[in-house]
Amino acid sequence: MNHPQELKYTRSHEWVKMVDDTTALVGLTDYAQHSLGDLVFVNLPMVGDPVTKEEAFGDVESVKAVSDVFSPFDGEVSKVNEELLDEPGKINADPYGAWLIEVSNISGQEELLSAEDYEKVCQEEE
Amino acid sequence: MKLLFEKSVEGRGCSILPPLDVPACEPKEKRQAPLRLPQIAEVDISRHYTELAKRTHGVNDGFYPLGSCTMKYNPKINDEMAALPGFAKVHPLQPAHTVQGCLKVLTLAEKYLCEITGMDAMTFQPAAGAHGEFTGLLLIKAYHKSRGDTRRTKIIVPDAAHGTNPASATMAGMQIVNIPSNEEGCVDIEKLKAAVGEDTAGLMLTNPNTVGIFDKNILQITKIIHDAGGLNYYDGANLNAVMGVVRPGDMGFDVIHLNLHKTFSTPHGGGGPGSGPVGCKELLKPFLPLYHAVQTDDGYRFDSPKQSIGSVKAFYGNFAVVVKALTYILTLGAEGIREASQNAVLNANYLKSRLSQWYDIAYDGICMHEFVMTLENLKKEHGVTAMDVAKMLLDNGIHPPTMYFPLIVHEALMVEPTETESKDTLDQAAEVFHAIYQKACEDPEALHQAPTTTPVRRLDEVGAARNPVLKYPF
Amino acid sequence: MGSYVPSTQAERQEMLHAVGVNTLDELYGAVPKEMMIDSLGIPQGKSELEVSSIMQEMAGENRVFSSIFRGAGAYHHYIPSIVKSVTGKEEFITAYTPYQAEISQGILQSIFEYQTMICELTGMDVSNASVYDGASAAAEAVAMCKDRKRQKALVSQSANPMVIQTIQTYCEGADTELVLIPAKDGKTDLDALTAQLDDTVSCVYFAQPSFFGVIEDAQAICQLVHAHGAKAIMGVNPIACAILPTPGECGADIAVGEGQPLGMPLSFGGPYLGFMAATSAMMRKLPGRIVGQTTDIEGKRAFVLTLQAREQHIRREKASSNICSNQAHCALTASVYMAAMGGEGLKQVAGQCYSKAHYACEKITAVSGFGRVYEGDFFHEFVTTCPTDPQELMECLEQRGILGPLPIEGGLLWCVTEMNSKAQIDALAACLEEVGK
Repeated sequence: MNHPQELKYTRSHEWVKMVDDTTALVGLTDYAQHSLGDLVFVNLPMVGDPVTKEEAFGDVESVKAVSDVFSPFDGEVSKVNEELLDEPGKINADPYGAWLIEVSNISGQEELLSAEDYEKVCQEEE
Repeated sequence: MKLLFEKSVEGRGCSILPPLDVPACEPKEKRQAPLRLPQIAEVDISRHYTELAKRTHGVNDGFYPLGSCTMKYNPKINDEMAALPGFAKVHPLQPAHTVQGCLKVLTLAEKYLCEITGMDAMTFQPAAGAHGEFTGLLLIKAYHKSRGDTRRTKIIVPDAAHGTNPASATMAGMQIVNIPSNEEGCVDIEKLKAAVGEDTAGLMLTNPNTVGIFDKNILQITKIIHDAGGLNYYDGANLNAVMGVVRPGDMGFDVIHLNLHKTFSTPHGGGGPGSGPVGCKELLKPFLPLYHAVQTDDGYRFDSPKQSIGSVKAFYGNFAVVVKALTYILTLGAEGIREASQNAVLNANYLKSRLSQWYDIAYDGICMHEFVMTLENLKKEHGVTAMDVAKMLLDNGIHPPTMYFPLIVHEALMVEPTETESKDTLDQAAEVFHAIYQKACEDPEALHQAPTTTPVRRLDEVGAARNPVLKYPF
Repeated sequence: MGSYVPSTQAERQEMLHAVGVNTLDELYGAVPKEMMIDSLGIPQGKSELEVSSIMQEMAGENRVFSSIFRGAGAYHHYIPSIVKSVTGKEEFITAYTPYQAEISQGILQSIFEYQTMICELTGMDVSNASVYDGASAAAEAVAMCKDRKRQKALVSQSANPMVIQTIQTYCEGADTELVLIPAKDGKTDLDALTAQLDDTVSCVYFAQPSFFGVIEDAQAICQLVHAHGAKAIMGVNPIACAILPTPGECGADIAVGEGQPLGMPLSFGGPYLGFMAATSAMMRKLPGRIVGQTTDIEGKRAFVLTLQAREQHIRREKASSNICSNQAHCALTASVYMAAMGGEGLKQVAGQCYSKAHYACEKITAVSGFGRVYEGDFFHEFVTTCPTDPQELMECLEQRGILGPLPIEGGLLWCVTEMNSKAQIDALAACLEEVGK
């Protein structure tokens, strides 16, 4: 399973890429997309919506399942990857390219996991 | 095969109506859009649907052990009685004295079903099981509200519950408290005790539960809820196991919904219509939906309970379905109803004992009307999933069991043979399951390829969901 | 006694033995003894012949009217023979929801065809596979529109009271605020509607035609609703849809209605058919089953239940609706009806309803004391005053084999369809003359 070193991770299988000190992109990990299977739809918030740490900001659907996507921190949605609304399969094809949302004014990101620690979380779940 | 629209030919059609016998006139504002319904001759309509019927597996086609759905045989007299002109041609808003027969059907069905379930009153307004759940939860909500007990908003639901339970609770404005099941697939008493409190509105439960086991602690469970000030809701999905043997009302349940299209053999119709009557104890009767049929000295009439929750649909429910259920109850009678349940349980246990030679049964011991197998080992050892086995059954003319439910069992197949299958049918099915098991061990790829003899093979469901085509593109 | 258990006593013993018990009672070992019952207090079972007599006797205690001038949510229409024959096929009657697509292509294709026909009829983009009835369809539509910012629903009081009651119950359940917009001249009061519209309103429900039969200015209502950022839900009579501007043409976001007129018998109120169609933008908010087209692994066209992640069995407490069983067989009935009628045939039904209602209205209002209560164009229902006690009038009509209009506040609600011949209408008018004397 591919989990890039430069990213941070959550226990609920989101990845975080810091754009600057208070802005970050959030996506679903390779492990997450693999266990969910082929995704058929994503529900994303609107630009301007507040997000709360450890609360769902959207969800992703496969044919037979739906799974919440949780925010790694508090903040405000500044961009939404609208491409995914038409092509949710991009998350399966390129999980680290297919970011879901960009969050600004973030706080509370201190507890994010490193790639190594996240690998361990995945192994435990196997 | 072609769609109706692809068979349409300009200028064809059926001749149905006579010419207009009054002066023609038309509305000021008219529809501009074309109305592209099929133009098709009656003979071709007849053949079209005959072809569709051939591509449909009904209970009349073969064994249908779809767990939790009670696919028993549907007696033909039921349909005939519902279609009697004296029922079918009656307008729902006729004066009461002209519909005494219909009102009698409703009150008789209420009386008998209350006796079978141990309830005091029943509404037939809900059109299906989920609709009944919503109605029953509104009764619970109204009850607490009438006592000024507005903090009670939490509904306790076991993790093995049908998806409709939590969804209905949300629609009724309640929050779900999920409690995990114990190792036997039953309610974990300690977890239940920890979950109740002053915010408990009630509990939703099936018994036998969704793994086909009768929860022997049921009296303790319902008492815990009552002691905490909550009410007990019985999901009647599995009533077919216990009719005439034990009654939800005696187990401590206050409100119940039935699925007449399951337990009382009014058919499923390819997905509906069903009927989901809600029965309740005296304490919830004042809140029942509008239009409750009652018998008085002057005959039958509708009564509207004083503190009614209102209506959950127009009129009085799927009346014709109630006619079918009443026909069924009158036919079976007290003894026959009990016999049906006992044989449903016998058939399930018999088939389980046969299948357990090859397949892992998720929970040991005597089951009720259904049982759950887990194909986890088959998957690990041979890469064959519950889905693969299900698809192979299709090639053998058997409708597969319910797949991947309940969620607490991995690679689950939930088998409910019902009482209307003979020992021969069960034996034949067991042989098919056996052959599939052997095939799975020897040639797993054959199962991945199944089905091969059906009108179509496995479908691209991902494609269907990613690029929805939901109507014919003219 | 009747029984549908095929196993003989000997076979039952054999099976018990295989299970490892001696009696049927032993199978219930987990049931606490104190709860068990020995027998049920219901009559003993009967033969098919006896049951048939009992049921026929009960059916005989109902009055079947040949001349019906009452609608108000349930409509007397002609049902072609082919409809009853096709829908009587055992496969359609006894199948379950088509989860196993490979052996359910018949039902799935019939639903796909139904969805197409409902879209054609309403002028909308997508349809679901049905819900319980027109009233619950309206309530489900209201639930579709609610979002975090817009929580309030507006419902026109000129809609069918039973539909309003149902919406109220659903809103009460979900703690949705509901405001009723008063009726004026038998239709939605646009001024009152305007006064209530603001950025907290999620949707407006109104009926076309109104409960009183009056044709609403649907386009104006939809425009008004959209101007305030809310959604317009139009409750339509499916027969009227064949000749009136469609919900799609009027700009509705969701079209719902009672599908009973499309080939279903009156059956004392059910089973009927709730149809729901919406714009593409609202597709994923539709409740219930939806069938989509796809291909199998050999590339053959096939149909399958799709967009299932919306539904309760996957989304559980987060699902926006709990619906599971629907009215599939009624949807099939509607499809066969529409196929038998065809576009021109359905327009003919609608045209006859309209023309005969207007002829009847003219004849009835020519009788002294029966004046029209509301002005404006109407479809196949209209309200008149009543010069006598409505109960007495109904009894007089009943004696002549006529089910008269529905007495409502302020008058009588009449309904005329293609089933009412000119002779019936003339006889009715003569009756009214007599009663008035």
